[in-house]
Amino acid sequence: MLDLVLSLLILAGATFTFIGSLGLARLQDFYTRLHGPTKATTLGVGSLLIASALYFSTRGESISLHEVLVTLFLFITAPASAHLLSKAALHLHVRSLAPLPQESAIADEGSAQRQKDSPSAESNKLFLKT
Amino acid sequence: MHRWLPHPLITLALTLVWLLLVNSLTTGQIVLGLLLAWAIPLFTLRFWPETLHIRRPGLLLRFAVRVLADIVTANLTVARLILGRPEQLRPVFVEVPLLLKSDLAISLLANTISLTPGTVSSCLSANRDYLLVHTLDTADADALAATIKTRYEAPLQEIFESC
Amino acid sequence: MLMNIALPIALTLVAAAFALSFWRLLIGPSKPDRILALDTLYINAIALLVLLGIHLSSALYFEAALLIALMGFVGTVALCKYLLRGDIIE
Repeated sequence: MLDLVLSLLILAGATFTFIGSLGLARLQDFYTRLHGPTKATTLGVGSLLIASALYFSTRGESISLHEVLVTLFLFITAPASAHLLSKAALHLHVRSLAPLPQESAIADEGSAQRQKDSPSAESNKLFLKT
Repeated sequence: MHRWLPHPLITLALTLVWLLLVNSLTTGQIVLGLLLAWAIPLFTLRFWPETLHIRRPGLLLRFAVRVLADIVTANLTVARLILGRPEQLRPVFVEVPLLLKSDLAISLLANTISLTPGTVSSCLSANRDYLLVHTLDTADADALAATIKTRYEAPLQEIFESC
Repeated sequence: MLMNIALPIALTLVAAAFALSFWRLLIGPSKPDRILALDTLYINAIALLVLLGIHLSSALYFEAALLIALMGFVGTVALCKYLLRGDIIE
C-alpha cells in the first residue's frame, strides 16, 4: 500500500517536473514560458519532497519532516522569482504574443527613481521610505 | 511586551523552522529554537517596519486550504495547456485594480496569483493601485480580473485589513 | 517492489527535464529566457537530488537540496536585479 502511494507520488512529481521543462522548451514567447517552471515544476518538486518525507518517516526510526521546509521555501520563492523575471522582461521590452501594456503601467520604482524630477516619483520615494 | 517580543508570530514561525531544520523534538532543541527565534527578530527589527495583525485566523486557514486545492487544479490546467497546441494559446496582460493597502497583503495576493489559475503577477504599479497580471490562456480578461478580486483579494482584505 | 520500477522512470523523466531546460539555456533568445532556464535547472537539480536520496536511501542529499534551493533563489534574484538596474548592490 505504502509502496503504491510512494510510487504514485514519485511518478506524478517527476511528470510535473518534466511538463514544466517541456513548457519551457516548447512555448512561443517568454511570458508564456514563465508559467511552466513557476507552477508545474513547483508542484512536481513538492510532491517529490512529500514522497521523500513519507519514505524516510516510515523506514527510519523517527519521523522526518525537514522536507517540508524545502517545499515551503519553494512555494514562497517561486512566485517571487517569477515576478522579478517578468518585471525584468517588461523592462527590457522582450517580444510577447500578448499586446504589451502601456509604458506607464510598467514604470516601477526603479525607473521612477531615475526620473527624479517628476512629482509622482517624489511621492513614490516618500512612500517607500515610510 | 512590545519591546522585548516585537513580533510574536515571527518568533513562533522561526521556532517551527528551527525544529524542522534540526529534524528532532528534544527539549534542548526546543529551548535553543525559542532562544534563536526570540533573538533574531530583535536583531533584524529594522527589516520589519509594520507589525502583523491577523484578524481572522480561521478564515486564513480556510483561505490556505482553498489556495492549496487551487494550486493542484491550476497545475493540471497548465499541464494540459502545455501538452496541447501552443499556437492556440490566448495570452493576455490584465490589470487588476487593488483595494489592499498593506505590503504583506499585496505580496500574499501576488504570490497567490502566481501560484494559482494560469496567471503570473508581473508588475505592481508605482502608486500601488493595480497589479499587472499575465495569463496563459483566457477568453474573457475582465471575468478573470473579477474572479481574482472575489476569490483571493476579498478574503485577504478581511483577514488583514478589516476592522 | 513497485518502487524499483517507478524510480528509474522518474529519474529518466527528470533527466529529460534537465535536457530540455539546458536546451532553452543554450538557444534562449533573450536574457530573461536564459535566467528562467537557470532557475528551472536548479529546481530540477533539487528534484534529482531528492530522487537520488530515495534511491540510495540516504538522508544526506537533503542538505544539498536545501542549499541549492537557497542559493538558486538568491542567484535568480541577483540576476534579475542586474537586468532591472544594471547593478546588484546599491
